[in-house]
Amino acid sequence: MIELMYALIIGGFTGWLAGYMGSLMLTKRMALAGGALGHLTLPGITLALIYGFDVTLGALAFLILGITLIWFFEKKTKQPMEALTAVVFASSVAVAFLFLKQEQVVPALIGDVSKLTIDVVIATAFASIAIFLIVKRYLLKMTLINISRDLAISEGINVDKYNLLYLACVAVTVAIGVRIVGGLMTAAIVAIPAVASRIVSRTLKSYVYTSAFFGALACVAGILMNYATGLPAGPMIIISNAVIFFIAALKPS
Amino acid sequence: MDIVLEVKNLNVSFNNEAVIKDLSFDVKKSEVLVILGPNGAGKTTLLRTLLGIVPHTGEIIWRTKNISYLPPQEFVQRKNMPPLSVLEFFKIKNDSLKRIKEIINMVGLDKSILNKEFYNLSTGQFQRMLIAWALINKPEVLLLDEPASGIDIGGEETIYSLLHKFWEKWGITILMVTHDLNIVWEHATNVLCLNKRGLCYGPPEKVLAPKRLKELYGVGIKFYKHKVKK
Repeated sequence: MIELMYALIIGGFTGWLAGYMGSLMLTKRMALAGGALGHLTLPGITLALIYGFDVTLGALAFLILGITLIWFFEKKTKQPMEALTAVVFASSVAVAFLFLKQEQVVPALIGDVSKLTIDVVIATAFASIAIFLIVKRYLLKMTLINISRDLAISEGINVDKYNLLYLACVAVTVAIGVRIVGGLMTAAIVAIPAVASRIVSRTLKSYVYTSAFFGALACVAGILMNYATGLPAGPMIIISNAVIFFIAALKPS
Repeated sequence: MDIVLEVKNLNVSFNNEAVIKDLSFDVKKSEVLVILGPNGAGKTTLLRTLLGIVPHTGEIIWRTKNISYLPPQEFVQRKNMPPLSVLEFFKIKNDSLKRIKEIINMVGLDKSILNKEFYNLSTGQFQRMLIAWALINKPEVLLLDEPASGIDIGGEETIYSLLHKFWEKWGITILMVTHDLNIVWEHATNVLCLNKRGLCYGPPEKVLAPKRLKELYGVGIKFYKHKVKK
């Protein structure tokens, strides 16, 4: 029972953060990049599984490396971030599969909510709250950058600084997310709640909070289904997200 | 008269190709400087350089920090963006709701527009809303790039009249890029002819001779000089 409680707490925080960040990523047209970033974590997850340390730490280390490379290439080449992400993530997947053992493939790809400890629960909750508060504080500035980079600069906003901050927050979100849905499906936990929320929202505030709520709801529902049926939590979370999306899509336009 | 902007020997290059060459000019307080030139002359680049967006050599000395900018519409992303109300867009500026309503009213929009989605406004409403956004802090200098592009003739006239009204009321210094020669005669105190280099600078009645326009645009330009009292 305590394991379920831990999983639900982690799921709630992770889903809320993924939904919230996903709303911003969709604004930046980077929702699918969440998947690419999830793949980017695979070498880190691989190392964590081989050497027995926490998968989020392994994922985060490789995300920081990958995102720094993407940020550097974006500044250097002025190419779209999405395209540069594809270059870096494809290389990461190739490296991960060179070393991943067969029995480690499933947890690496679709996540694992068993064997959680109180330390992991506290660290996840703390990191989720911190990232949420940082992004909440700068949400409007980040939104202005998306609307017009020139307008943002003319308002004295340091675009490079905020882009880097945004990418760092995305990195932590994905690193947290891979624990419950694995490196394969992180795009779903950031993209689906945001798309569903976009259908039902008319203001930025309702959009970001509805997205966060949908994300948390889907994670909690998925983990409960995992507990009830024994089916893996990761896919159950994504299916819950998809159900929420279908319900939102039924809303009359 | 106070100078608000000094530009000395400004050079801008993209990929080793000169976009602006050795440009120098001053802008005085409450002046309306219209920047004229053909496509690719460096007009938009000049405004973006003045704002510090584009790397350059030479000197740009602003004597005020209270500057607002209205980019061309194509520089403002409106499509495929998540929901954002007009009120939320104004909240980026950290002004009170009272002030937001005041400025919305001053540009001739109804306050009900604040609850509308940013991306669903008509082109004319959107441009007025952006003007209100640019003016809400009562800037000393306003930089505008084709403020009436994409707007029909009636709407265009309204946009320029609106800007003229704020210029008269607040004494704002305006730097404006436009293709419209009529705007020069009606609203400019000075004109800067730009085609990578500065080809003329001064009051329009002194510098805008047909010969100069031919030099600027490469073809003869017919124009009607309005007799407008500034």
